[in-house]
Amino acid sequence: MRRLRFLIQKEFIQIFRNKALLPMMTLLPIIQLIVLSNAASNEVKDVRIAVVDQDQSELSRALSNKIVANDRFSLIATPFNKKDALDLMQLDEVDIVLEVPNDFERQFYRGEQPQLQTLVNAINGQQATVGSGYLNNIISSLNNQIRVDEPSLFSGIPKRNEPVVVSSNNWYNPELDYPHFMAPGILAELTALLTIVLTAMNTVREREIGTIEQINVTPIKKWEFILGKLVPFLCLGLILLTVGLIASKLIFDIPMRGNIGVIFIYAVVNLICVLGFGLLISNFAETQQQAIFVAFFFVLIFVLMCGLFTPIDSMPKWAQYATIPNPLAHFISVSRKVLLKGSGLADIKMEFLYTFILAILFNAAAVWSYKKQE
Amino acid sequence: MRNDKVIQVEALTKQFGDFKAVDHISFHVEKGEIFGFLGANGAGKTTAMRMLTGLSKPSSGKGTVAGFDVLKESERIKERIGYMSQKFSLYEDLTVKENIRFYGGIYGLSKNQIEIKTSQILQELNLSEVGSKLVRSLPLGWKQRLAFAVSMVHDPEIVFLDEPTGGVDPNVRRQFWEAIYQAAELGRTIFVTTHYMDEAEYCDRVSIMVSGKIEALDTPDNLKETFKAESMDEVFLKLAR
Repeated sequence: MRRLRFLIQKEFIQIFRNKALLPMMTLLPIIQLIVLSNAASNEVKDVRIAVVDQDQSELSRALSNKIVANDRFSLIATPFNKKDALDLMQLDEVDIVLEVPNDFERQFYRGEQPQLQTLVNAINGQQATVGSGYLNNIISSLNNQIRVDEPSLFSGIPKRNEPVVVSSNNWYNPELDYPHFMAPGILAELTALLTIVLTAMNTVREREIGTIEQINVTPIKKWEFILGKLVPFLCLGLILLTVGLIASKLIFDIPMRGNIGVIFIYAVVNLICVLGFGLLISNFAETQQQAIFVAFFFVLIFVLMCGLFTPIDSMPKWAQYATIPNPLAHFISVSRKVLLKGSGLADIKMEFLYTFILAILFNAAAVWSYKKQE
Repeated sequence: MRNDKVIQVEALTKQFGDFKAVDHISFHVEKGEIFGFLGANGAGKTTAMRMLTGLSKPSSGKGTVAGFDVLKESERIKERIGYMSQKFSLYEDLTVKENIRFYGGIYGLSKNQIEIKTSQILQELNLSEVGSKLVRSLPLGWKQRLAFAVSMVHDPEIVFLDEPTGGVDPNVRRQFWEAIYQAAELGRTIFVTTHYMDEAEYCDRVSIMVSGKIEALDTPDNLKETFKAESMDEVFLKLAR
């Protein structure tokens, strides 16, 4: 146990003596946090639309006006035939073509159901679904408005099935503020990513320089060596998390509804887990290049499959199971739940359990695969 | 006396695939001896030494170092030996004192013992003034002597030195050998590999390895007589051809 103290002390001296490391651990994450939280947005703000109005009636113009009035849409063109509109789509000038048939108004007042056609450029799936969703909302609101404005028109007509009215409220992030959703996730990602890479590199560096051989010829225990690397980097990770949380609060004013202590308790377990993973990688790498390459291979998978950019719920079933051994997915889930939803320890018990098991597995593997003797 | 054989190996072998880096070597080293382990580059010196220090597991054969089995008790051996590798292996970004404290701590020395050792090493090596400087800033010769001193911070019975004088000037080499003699006078056994033949003359006994086998083992004088050579250089050339 006494040996451990000297290992940790030595590691801290080296960390604080490294001029590049501390700024890297504080400044770079803040820059990433600011850039990514704003840029990695799934919000669809500008949908370009072309309206082919073959009806040229009062009603069809009312529809056009309503679309133009919405600031999410910009009306690019009003061609007279569908072919011209499709050419525009081919040239990638418009995202959606709305076609109004020529007896639209007449059918509407007769109580028939006129058909509007929307053609959506679905190369960007997100833009397409969200854009056509907005458009549907506009059309149905026009529909309702006319019913309210001119009830007499419809009085003689037997009531058709009233559509079920869904009114939705956005809980936990009522303003649908994108950085509020992204920042906690990116914070978790950054903390995990930097600590994986740093530990993997640090231990391999000792192998490259040759100091690890000097350590291996001492009677030090394997677990002492691993713990001697783990503790200092755990502290570093917690500092990073603290800096990141303060920055997110100051810059984005992210809500902190839950107990911040819960985040830190969970973060300790999660960091031990990812640090064990970093050390495991370093045991199999001979050079820093190898370590960085392997670390990035896994980090990329972790990041793309952690639910930060694409919701885990919309992944195929097998991929959803594949997120269970992904410590990042749990960290992101916890930071969002606690910060945005105010969850307590009981609400994140599954994440806790999985991360705890992973932490034990990774660290046991790291101790086991660390070879003092070839 | 049997007990005085601090290193004793029989048919020790290390095999990498088809290649036998060390091929059935047998020898013993007595307490307090300066034992030279000679051979050309790639003859298997370092591999043999790594097996004795517990860094590498022997493929076959048996042996004891400081009374412990090299196959089963390598961690016990590590408590009793010092090792200075070919690669310089102190921490360059720690100061002289920090390095001594770190290795002292790893070997389980008490705070008091570490303080005593630190002032002792600094004094012996005339490093008192640079004790708080980073090891990186020292000249290579000083670093080597410091590494040697640090490898003995826990007063080991046996010290293994792997080409300790590689790349340093003749002056420092002489100082280094003086330090080796001092250590031997304290009753420490020195096991040193080198390919400087003049250094072989300083050893009590030398063994010469050629392609994984020990081809000759005796005192430098006896070897010169057996091979009818003027110097160890000639002995070596005759053996290695």
